[in-house]
Amino acid sequence: MKFSEIDASLLSTIANITEVPSGAVNIRKDGQPLIRMSSPNITINPKQDKPGIDVIVKPGTKGESVHIPVIVTKAGLQDLVYNTFEIGEDADVTIIAGCGIHNDSHQNSGHDGIHEFIIKPGARVRYVEKHYGAGSGSGKRVLNPTTIVRMGRGSYAEMELVQIRGFDDTYRKTMGYMEDKAYLKIVERLLTHNEQKAQSEIEINIEGQDASAQILSRSVAQDSSYQVFKAAMIGKAACTGHVECDSIIMGNAVIKAIPYLVAENSEAVLTHEAAIGKIAGEQLIKLMSLGLTETEAVNTIIDGFLR
Amino acid sequence: MLRLEQVSMSVNQNNGDNKEILHNIDLEFDAGKLYAITGPNGGGKTSLAKVIMGIYGLSSGRIYLNDEDITDLTVTERARKGIAYAFQQPPRFKGLTVSDLLKIADSELDIIGLRKSLRDVGLCPEDYLDRDVGPGLSGGEMKRIEIAQVLARRATVSIFDEPEAGVDLWTIQRLIGIIVNRYKDNPNNTAIIITHNENVLPICDEIIVLEEGRIRSRGTYEEIWPLIRDEIECKRRLECRGEMGYEIQ
Repeated sequence: MKFSEIDASLLSTIANITEVPSGAVNIRKDGQPLIRMSSPNITINPKQDKPGIDVIVKPGTKGESVHIPVIVTKAGLQDLVYNTFEIGEDADVTIIAGCGIHNDSHQNSGHDGIHEFIIKPGARVRYVEKHYGAGSGSGKRVLNPTTIVRMGRGSYAEMELVQIRGFDDTYRKTMGYMEDKAYLKIVERLLTHNEQKAQSEIEINIEGQDASAQILSRSVAQDSSYQVFKAAMIGKAACTGHVECDSIIMGNAVIKAIPYLVAENSEAVLTHEAAIGKIAGEQLIKLMSLGLTETEAVNTIIDGFLR
Repeated sequence: MLRLEQVSMSVNQNNGDNKEILHNIDLEFDAGKLYAITGPNGGGKTSLAKVIMGIYGLSSGRIYLNDEDITDLTVTERARKGIAYAFQQPPRFKGLTVSDLLKIADSELDIIGLRKSLRDVGLCPEDYLDRDVGPGLSGGEMKRIEIAQVLARRATVSIFDEPEAGVDLWTIQRLIGIIVNRYKDNPNNTAIIITHNENVLPICDEIIVLEEGRIRSRGTYEEIWPLIRDEIECKRRLECRGEMGYEIQ
């Protein structure tokens, strides 16, 4: 199958796809399935009661990946999708998601993706969700992803949530519920510019003994953009949790970073670090002394920071 | 090669007054020679290096590189003309790796070149190439990585600001060997080393003693060492007694 130029550009940016990938795939375009393929170990079924899919990974599946990108190119479309992922015991898989919106019109386009992960005991998941907006229209590009993660005993999940430019309004909500010895790491990277607004709220409930969670956020706010980052780590058992939010602020941007810790067990160890600051002058001078212009130095620092 | 004519530099103080840090400095640095700049704390050594690199502006005077007036050039332009500066306290970068910085220093460096750059400064490439130039590195490691970047620049004029600070003795000897091989008698390059290290001073063709923003004396090691030996040895004794900080700029 050959993608259109716009589709190919969006898919390449959000999911590194240049052709139909092997394995389980679900590509959704303008609210409809464009490509849907299951693999012997990973089944993708449409939901019967609402838009979206169920992705079922058989227990013990190792080294396989699932691609489920969404693209929106139709002006005025507000896409809403519910996806559920059930990762069988002792499976080890990578899930590549993401949303690309191309809007050349004056009407708003948007995508609300509600993802629920049920990670069975001993399973391991690496989840990458990258968002990208493009197009020359005055209509807004709006993105409101919700992610719910339910982790069984001894399960492991690494979630990388990336949004670099392109969306006018974003409200992201992420919830986690962890049983004994589960490990969850959420890495969020965000860059806003112009008048963009982005709000991210994360709440991790560590309910199991010896479970461990980390929330790491790196963000850059340029021009007159506005960011709010709220991260709550709630320890309900003997567990460890760490929240780290680190932001570069530029121009007339506003950043609010609100780490929030709740310990409901005396054996819970919860920590947080938060920092907001501009790019240090000595960093710029250092890179300029290696031959970069000031603009190149700024871009190099931001690219590295958000890598 | 590099010429400073009547260079003065001032800074604004908290009370709004100007304070002159460098006073009418005249200096010439020739190709193929190694220069040491030494002198007491606050003498203006790092300020002089930053003036040459363009980080600090002049209040008066001119700077010439190969007879071209570079006084009004930016830091970037001077770097591209062939001036390199190893910072005394290099900044850290979240997310940029050692490999990233070396490739910015020399975009033509391949993996063999990257590895050699690190080995030259006594760092194991496997352990460092992919590491962030962030809080995880010690001061000594940062210093060696900084020197590796300047060596990778292959600049016409390379300035090393206290290369020995925070670096172990074995590595200092190694760095001295590399600097001598690279710069001594090389008709295209010159190196200026800001130092207090008595092992570095003898390898230099000329030593310039800067004090209170003025050149107090200059000459060969044989001429200058007897004049400054007592000061350096006195400082070392004071350091050993813990009466001074470790910084003996």
